[in-house]
Amino acid sequence: MTSDPRGSAPPTVRAVKGYSLPGEGSSVFISVFTVVLLLALWWLATHLGWIRDLFLPTPEKIFTAFVSAMRGDIQGGKALPEHFMWSMIRVFSAFFLAVLTAVPVGVAMGVSRVMRGIFDPPIEFYRPLPPLAYLPLIVIWFGIDETAKIILIYLACFAPLAMAARAGVKSVTIEQINAAYSMGASKWQVIWHVIVPAALPEILTGMRIAIGFGWTTLVAAEMVAATEGLGQMVLNASNFLRTDIVIMGIIVIGVVAYLFDLLMRRIEQWLVPWKGRV
Amino acid sequence: MSTLEISNLSVNYAGTNGQSTLALSGVDLSMKPGDFVVALGASGCGKTTLLSCIAGFMQPSSGQILLGGQPVYGPGAERGVVFQKHALMPWLSVLENVEFSLRMRGMAKAERRAIAMDKLRLVQLEKYADYPIYQISGGMQQRAGVARALASDPAVMLMDEPLGALDALTRAHIQDLIVNLWWQTKKMFFFITHSVEEALFLATELIVMTPSPGRIAHRFQPPFSKQFIDCQDSRAVKSSPAFIGMREEVLALIHASPGAVDDQ
Repeated sequence: MTSDPRGSAPPTVRAVKGYSLPGEGSSVFISVFTVVLLLALWWLATHLGWIRDLFLPTPEKIFTAFVSAMRGDIQGGKALPEHFMWSMIRVFSAFFLAVLTAVPVGVAMGVSRVMRGIFDPPIEFYRPLPPLAYLPLIVIWFGIDETAKIILIYLACFAPLAMAARAGVKSVTIEQINAAYSMGASKWQVIWHVIVPAALPEILTGMRIAIGFGWTTLVAAEMVAATEGLGQMVLNASNFLRTDIVIMGIIVIGVVAYLFDLLMRRIEQWLVPWKGRV
Repeated sequence: MSTLEISNLSVNYAGTNGQSTLALSGVDLSMKPGDFVVALGASGCGKTTLLSCIAGFMQPSSGQILLGGQPVYGPGAERGVVFQKHALMPWLSVLENVEFSLRMRGMAKAERRAIAMDKLRLVQLEKYADYPIYQISGGMQQRAGVARALASDPAVMLMDEPLGALDALTRAHIQDLIVNLWWQTKKMFFFITHSVEEALFLATELIVMTPSPGRIAHRFQPPFSKQFIDCQDSRAVKSSPAFIGMREEVLALIHASPGAVDDQ
């Protein structure tokens, strides 16, 4: 043990940990072990012939499928980056539109009785509906092109964002509001300089949930009606029994969703370092 | 110079099923610059209700509050408030918290920074200006709260048990600081506590409040804060026979009043 710069404990004194919560500590190493174990099991199952190739191709074949998809050497003739780009354009344009509209609506619902009365019934009605249930209606209203898909993803993102912003308003304390009024703030200044910052941690959590909803809805929408996009690529491959491309597509979709979440967590640490510390 | 005149103030809280609670009944109080009024009493005696009315957080049922001859309606920057729990904005640094009122008023950045740094110096926090709120101690948070309330240069400082949650040593240190601040600024101070010792040490006018209905039962004019200004030795002031004598007198009155001590 090297000496601690803050204390001059002799090396014979054993260092002990303080109190800790259940489940505290890093789980990264264990997670890496789980992933490696699953991959090894997959490799064994396919190479020892436990599962037929049609149901589960070998890991190497998935990699080969990835390489040929990057070149566009798959059904439909479009390369993986093009599918990926279309999916990203759809999900992010819808997500940003949802953030721009749902956050003000949610905050308004939190601070105004009238706004809550107006927006609560429609949002609470459509929120639990699966987006695929109203997709046919959206296609009838807005056609089959990009507008319909973006509206569908927008609706999927809107409800969790509005709910999060509305709940976030409750995180402000009455003392903080009273303090701001006592410092001469107007009602609008209180909303903008006190309530919105106080709600920000919950809004960011809502954004994390919303981008997840948006992503799942996007893939579903692309499976119903699209000529490009990751969801369409997977569906098209399944029509030709190309299990390797299906699995490769699923892995890409999963990895992208995971990267979204990592990005959101990073943004959270950067924007609300005070979360949970007051 | 503005004065604070409270006359015949009553607050009747509406409760459920038609019942109501008389939290304050016929309170009269007048303050002029340089007065340090401390309200002392057990929980439920109406001292926080009285402060909330002066701050403008609530409207009284009857009676009126005049500040500089003008009736008080709603909160305003001429009445600074320090809360029991700090109520600082954790998304702002210590300095940004202190300059909040000046920013709301639209003051230019350089000017408001200078004023805020000046107030932080008064509470000995200038070294912590750029710290986040959650990285400073409870005592520092309360001092930042005092600096924040001072920043808009209010006529009266309203302090709702600001030292109640602090340890005894920190508490004594901040008491000294508050007395010196009061003496330097010559503002009106209205301070709530349930510590008899703290009340005697700070007050130029001590009002003892009793519950159901909340009212002012006794008034004292302790001389100890001015003694501290002269000698700057709070332990000597608090251990003097006169201080201990008055402390026992106040304690005896509080214990004698019905309903004042229900949880000790």
